[in-house]
Amino acid sequence: MKYELGKRVWRFHGGLKLRHWKQIALQAPPEFAGVPSSLTLSLVHRGRVSDPVVGEGDRVLQGQCIAQSIDSSPRIHAPWSGTVRTIRAQPLIGYQEPQPAIVIDTDEADTESVGMDALDWQSASREALLERCSDAGIVGLGGALFPTDRKLRGQQKIDLLIINGAECEPYIACDESLMRSDPERVVLGSRIAARLCEAATTVIAIEDQMGAVQTGLSAAVKDTGIEVFKVPTIYPEGGERQLIQVLTGEEVPSGGLPQDLGIVCLNVATVAALADAVVEGRPLTRRTVTVTGHGVSHPLNVHALIGTPARFLIDKAGGYTENVRRIVMGGPMMGVPLRDDDQCISSATNCLLALVESDIVRSVPELPCIRCMECVRVCPAQLMPQLLFTEITNKNWETVEGLSLADCIECGCCAYACPSQIPLVDYYRHGKSALRLRELESARADKARKRHEARDQRLAREEQEAQRVLERKESMSKSDAIRAAVERAKKKKQDSDEA
Amino acid sequence: MLTGLLTIAVLLLLVGVLLGWASGKARSDDSQIVEAVLERLPQTQCAQCGFPGCRPYAQAIARGEADINQCPPGGQQTIRGLAELLDREVVPLNAEFGEEKPPEVAMIDESRCIGCVLCIKACPVDAIVGAPHRMHTVLAEECTGCELCVAPCPVDCIDMQPARPLLSLYPQPQHSRSA
Repeated sequence: MKYELGKRVWRFHGGLKLRHWKQIALQAPPEFAGVPSSLTLSLVHRGRVSDPVVGEGDRVLQGQCIAQSIDSSPRIHAPWSGTVRTIRAQPLIGYQEPQPAIVIDTDEADTESVGMDALDWQSASREALLERCSDAGIVGLGGALFPTDRKLRGQQKIDLLIINGAECEPYIACDESLMRSDPERVVLGSRIAARLCEAATTVIAIEDQMGAVQTGLSAAVKDTGIEVFKVPTIYPEGGERQLIQVLTGEEVPSGGLPQDLGIVCLNVATVAALADAVVEGRPLTRRTVTVTGHGVSHPLNVHALIGTPARFLIDKAGGYTENVRRIVMGGPMMGVPLRDDDQCISSATNCLLALVESDIVRSVPELPCIRCMECVRVCPAQLMPQLLFTEITNKNWETVEGLSLADCIECGCCAYACPSQIPLVDYYRHGKSALRLRELESARADKARKRHEARDQRLAREEQEAQRVLERKESMSKSDAIRAAVERAKKKKQDSDEA
Repeated sequence: MLTGLLTIAVLLLLVGVLLGWASGKARSDDSQIVEAVLERLPQTQCAQCGFPGCRPYAQAIARGEADINQCPPGGQQTIRGLAELLDREVVPLNAEFGEEKPPEVAMIDESRCIGCVLCIKACPVDAIVGAPHRMHTVLAEECTGCELCVAPCPVDCIDMQPARPLLSLYPQPQHSRSA
């Protein structure tokens, strides 16, 4: 299908108009945050654990691969040179229990680095570029962390490549700051991505409130065939599915992927990292992070090494204000609270948000659902949040599955709109983990059943075998048995002689 | 008179054929019921229900020879599932067959194991590995917690321990509901 964009702007269902709060962190262009004394790099990726290829006490160089895996998990590289202190479970952002991670004590002085060769993106083969993409450990930096080479390697024909710069959640401004300070890198990455997925059309989508971004980007895309599109600022427009709907009017089917519509969607930070990997041979070891909120003195955007402790970045932002109450990774709508600020950022960390008392206090305690349908009105995935809520509390898991809980993007619009102050997203996260547990349990039961059946069959076979031996013994007299045995031995000897 | 008799005979023949065909159909339905019931059983293969494994129990339920509340490992969740499938009343677990308890796995105290292979023979899912006169061990991933290996052990070196959870659930929000 050919997509003609720009004829009209479509709308997705629901959503919210929220106060932006982005400008507070956009006062200055992002700078390098500096090197903390240690870096903690998670080995867990989408539930799978990568294998470290360095040992405790080893010296590592910046850009050196320190972990990889035989499955699809991306490679992990050392962000700075130093010594591996330990490889063991550490408390990580977004996990209840400690997860395996590599801790590196960094060199105080300059870094020693190993790099990959620079590639000429226009003449290098597509295969070489894709390989570079996976060697450099490039993943989707919008938060999903899906390996980018696998997204671009897809079998379907791609008509439209969308570079997602519509960062819609309040406070988060890392993508905006990247596009403002370095539009050329974003455009270069977009062109490489467009070559890789052989897209007919490439667009960069930004929000209509990002005026400063548009000036820089428009200059950078001149003569490249890439277009910059402004979309109206409605939360959660930066969601992949919502953005696709706004631009094309097409809806990604439930359980399907944008690729099914011939569309690939990449975050601006991802394509910038892709450009670094191809043109400079630099693996993914740093990202832009917004450190913001009323709980820090000087909100800002920084380029931080992956694995930097949250506290280090908050100190860069002038430290806490007096009334800070909670630190959140991510934005106010979808973020997860941090247990303490020793926890380290991962490649998924786009924002550290320090909240003050007035941000978090609930004015009313949770009240019963009054079926006002506000949640239905705002749900961008067109689910029925109020029914999901009752069915989850009643543990009717089959009904919950039927109501497409899996399509919930946890944007938090329903909880924001709820006049009864029900923390709906927490219920959905609980429901999702319960459904996942049921799936695991049934897979396990299925395996037990197969093992039991295999054992039954084996026992039956063994019994048959024993029966046959017994019958043969009974049917032969003793001298017959001896003669047969001698013959078997002779034949065996003959065979081995011939061989 | 003759036409009447003939008509009746032909009709009876037709009905006979129809019934024969229908009974064949009904039998295949039976096996479908067994499969559906089996799908809802926890596959522990523990034989606590009085049948040697989950499939025999499922067959007994399908034949109407066993009640749906004889499976302690499945507990109330299994009873609810079976009640819904077979359109029966939800009843409490029959305590005669055992009590519902959190999942467990068997653990061999390897220092006491004498390598007698009795537990290996007892395990319904081949989750114990070992050889005669060599130490045995339980594959915790495969163990269903059926406890069938505990009794045969001559040196009592097998203990049941709480199973590691497959997944830690995202906690359900506490109701701070004011009445």
